[in-house]
Amino acid sequence: MSEMAQTAEEATVRRPDLSNARLRKRYAAERRFRLYGLLAVLAAVGMLAVLLGSIVLNGYSAFLQTHIALDVHMDETVIMAEGDTPEAMADANYRALVFKAIERRFPSVRDMGEQRELHRLVSGGAPRAIKDMVLDNPALVGTTQTVWVKADDEIDMLHKGYVDRTLPENRRLVNDRTLGWYDSLREADLIELQFNTTFFTGTDSREPEQAGILGAAVGSFLTLFVTLLLSFPVAVLAAIYLEEFAPKNRLTDLIEVNINNLAAVPSIVFGLLGLAVIINFFGFPRSSPLVGGIVLALMTLPTIIISARSALKAVPPSVREAALGIGASRIQTVTHHVLPLALPGVLTGTIIGMAQALGETAPLLMVGMVAFVVAVPSGFTDASTVLPVQIFLWSDSPERAFVEKTSAAIMVLLAFLITMNAVAVFLRKRFERRW
Amino acid sequence: MKVTLYLIALVLIVGFGYWVGRRRAFAVSGGRPAHLHSLPGYHGMFVALWCGLPGVLLAAIWFFVEPHVAEYVLVQNLPAEQLEQEADRLALLIVDVKNIAAGYNVFREVTPELEAAAAAYNRVFEIGRAVMLVVALCASIAGLAIGRRLISPDLRARNRVERVMTVVMIVASTIAIMTTLGIVLSLLFEAMRFFGRVPFFDFLFGLKWNPQTAIREGQVAAEGSFGAVPLFAGTLLITLIAMLVAVPVGLFSAIYLSDYAPKRIRATVKPLLEILAGVPTVVYGFFAALTVAPFVRDAVAAFGLEASSESALAAGAVMGIMIIPFVSSLSDDVMNAVPQSLRDGAYAMGATQSETIKQVVFPAALPGIVGAILLAISRAIGETMIVVMAAGLAANLSANPLEAVTTVTVQIVALLTGDQEFDSAKTLAAFALGITLFAATLCLNVVALHIVRKYREKYE
Repeated sequence: MSEMAQTAEEATVRRPDLSNARLRKRYAAERRFRLYGLLAVLAAVGMLAVLLGSIVLNGYSAFLQTHIALDVHMDETVIMAEGDTPEAMADANYRALVFKAIERRFPSVRDMGEQRELHRLVSGGAPRAIKDMVLDNPALVGTTQTVWVKADDEIDMLHKGYVDRTLPENRRLVNDRTLGWYDSLREADLIELQFNTTFFTGTDSREPEQAGILGAAVGSFLTLFVTLLLSFPVAVLAAIYLEEFAPKNRLTDLIEVNINNLAAVPSIVFGLLGLAVIINFFGFPRSSPLVGGIVLALMTLPTIIISARSALKAVPPSVREAALGIGASRIQTVTHHVLPLALPGVLTGTIIGMAQALGETAPLLMVGMVAFVVAVPSGFTDASTVLPVQIFLWSDSPERAFVEKTSAAIMVLLAFLITMNAVAVFLRKRFERRW
Repeated sequence: MKVTLYLIALVLIVGFGYWVGRRRAFAVSGGRPAHLHSLPGYHGMFVALWCGLPGVLLAAIWFFVEPHVAEYVLVQNLPAEQLEQEADRLALLIVDVKNIAAGYNVFREVTPELEAAAAAYNRVFEIGRAVMLVVALCASIAGLAIGRRLISPDLRARNRVERVMTVVMIVASTIAIMTTLGIVLSLLFEAMRFFGRVPFFDFLFGLKWNPQTAIREGQVAAEGSFGAVPLFAGTLLITLIAMLVAVPVGLFSAIYLSDYAPKRIRATVKPLLEILAGVPTVVYGFFAALTVAPFVRDAVAAFGLEASSESALAAGAVMGIMIIPFVSSLSDDVMNAVPQSLRDGAYAMGATQSETIKQVVFPAALPGIVGAILLAISRAIGETMIVVMAAGLAANLSANPLEAVTTVTVQIVALLTGDQEFDSAKTLAAFALGITLFAATLCLNVVALHIVRKYREKYE
């Protein structure tokens, strides 16, 4: 009994309470380290949330557009001034109709300068809308119609609450007079938000309320089509050769190192290549989806090759051996057995490569796809722009209204990217085989 | 239009060739296809290749020489006295004539001679292309006839088709090499022309960057100075800031996700981090310019300091966010590659989890992590859109992260997106910057990939 007490005492003498304190310290360090890790993850996820949140908060309002109700008198003497054929009616001065309608709404405004300000309440695209209405239904001529026309972008901003009314007039987007008109329209319930179809059906414009993404989206589609057409077959063939046929020698080693390096070359360098070789040397048309597609194809090639190779590598050798064993040639083995089994993986890699190409901007700036293009491109050699470049162009525009347009365009782009990645994930989940 | 028609005709002929080949093979086998050397389908492909290859090659060659032929015809059609001017002015004239041909307005009196030259230029595209496409189609049809004649029961159709396929595969796998070669040669060629005007060392060590050159001869304007040191310094400053954000956050998230996080959290957070990598850079650029830059300015103002609205801090921080997933996923990989036995050994000695990570796993994974960080640096140096949108154009030589600095990529974009002559020192400077960028990132990549690969082999 006393002996045991003695050994316990000796133990405490040799190692007094110190061990516990040290243990506590070590455990504290452990907890701290763990906390740092958690904080890092939270920081990363938080940044993602802030990024996406700021885009959505800035952009959701662009899907709505402020409209003003005008009682437009379809004055015969104006519309039929040059005759009553559709051509003559198309040439009529619809601006005058719109202006008169606004002036009638505010009869007290007599001063020329003030009237000009008044005209700026509605979008410059309003006369066109009236014209289309009249041409669609000539019976309207001579009647008075209540028409919802687009408001100017500044009124739009005001209505959406982006204009701070407390600022002094000279630092405000909208002056006091316009503010008064806006308030009177609002009290009369003649101004409201409607769904902004122009954003999806229009092309680039200097006027924010008339700007849309259709042209850029079509340009993106054409460009990606060229990219897919070029990079998919070339990448799959290259991957098959390198994985299944290539002898192990210095040349194939070089190709392999080269592909890995090419995947990490800055994208803007591919743009320089496109400018110097494809445009200036081969004389391909500048700003066209064709050139953009070729540049992006060269850029995505390594990505697709690398993922296609790993998909091929995942097919077990027994499959090849069985095929060769019953007398298939090496190419038959690959095309009949290995490639079909690897195809889901190859397609996943291709979709991810395409998503990367869809979001790419810098190389396309180099090959001239930054042009201000109003027409929807109709072919592979037309001047066009793409969604990310459109975002870049709009983000550069000074008008406040382009901020929300830019954010909305980003939301559309992200929606495309998320869809593509979701398809890739689905393919992987649905068709991938574990051997 | 013509090209579309040609492609449709080509597809039809090739399809027809396949059908003809198959039928012919059945015919020559005398109704017993087992007597053929190859399956009838291979005879079909054999004839289809005979249809496709010669014609497509002809058409492809024409498309590459077409612009050069057209330009030759254009020069031949210019009046003789116009040809006797300096090469620069002649090149300008040729560009103008091409613009006339395309129907654009030019700053030059359009004489009938020029119009004639433009018309001749257009004719090459109209007539020449039509003739060549017809010739190519004829070649396809001739190929069909030849291929069909060659078919016999002993024809080793499969071997021939497979040989063609192998050649095509080899060509496809050399395209990557060709791309690299194309990049190096084109950049080098243009950069050489630049260094013919601006001495190499002035470019590499010059302290002043101001690429405004005289547009017309005799114009009073600055010669333009092309000292790239401020650009290199700006690039390094922004990269450094990006790394200060990305490395700690990326490393610690990798550690947390690989060693601490419960499975469920890992399964949700990893894809979220991958979203960060998938967001287009133009979106980051917009975020930096619209949200982060004003935030930095206000935050700094609270401390009584003044930040430029295009501060290096904002661009660098956002670039850091973009790079987090690169660092975290690559480090995750290398730390997972450290054998479990090393961890088990450390636990057996009584080490806590964090001690194991800090003193065993991390040192073992260090080379791989260094490789990952080098790859991330290379990514940051070459990143373009964030800095174009959020960093400035002013070439300040400054280490103050609150000031505006410019980077190599920003200047490349700025030099090449304006409308200007392709041969000016200004545009050529972009290629000199481009090859510097390419060389720097290539070195980083080679070293990093080598380290990562070496490291992976060590534990396999």
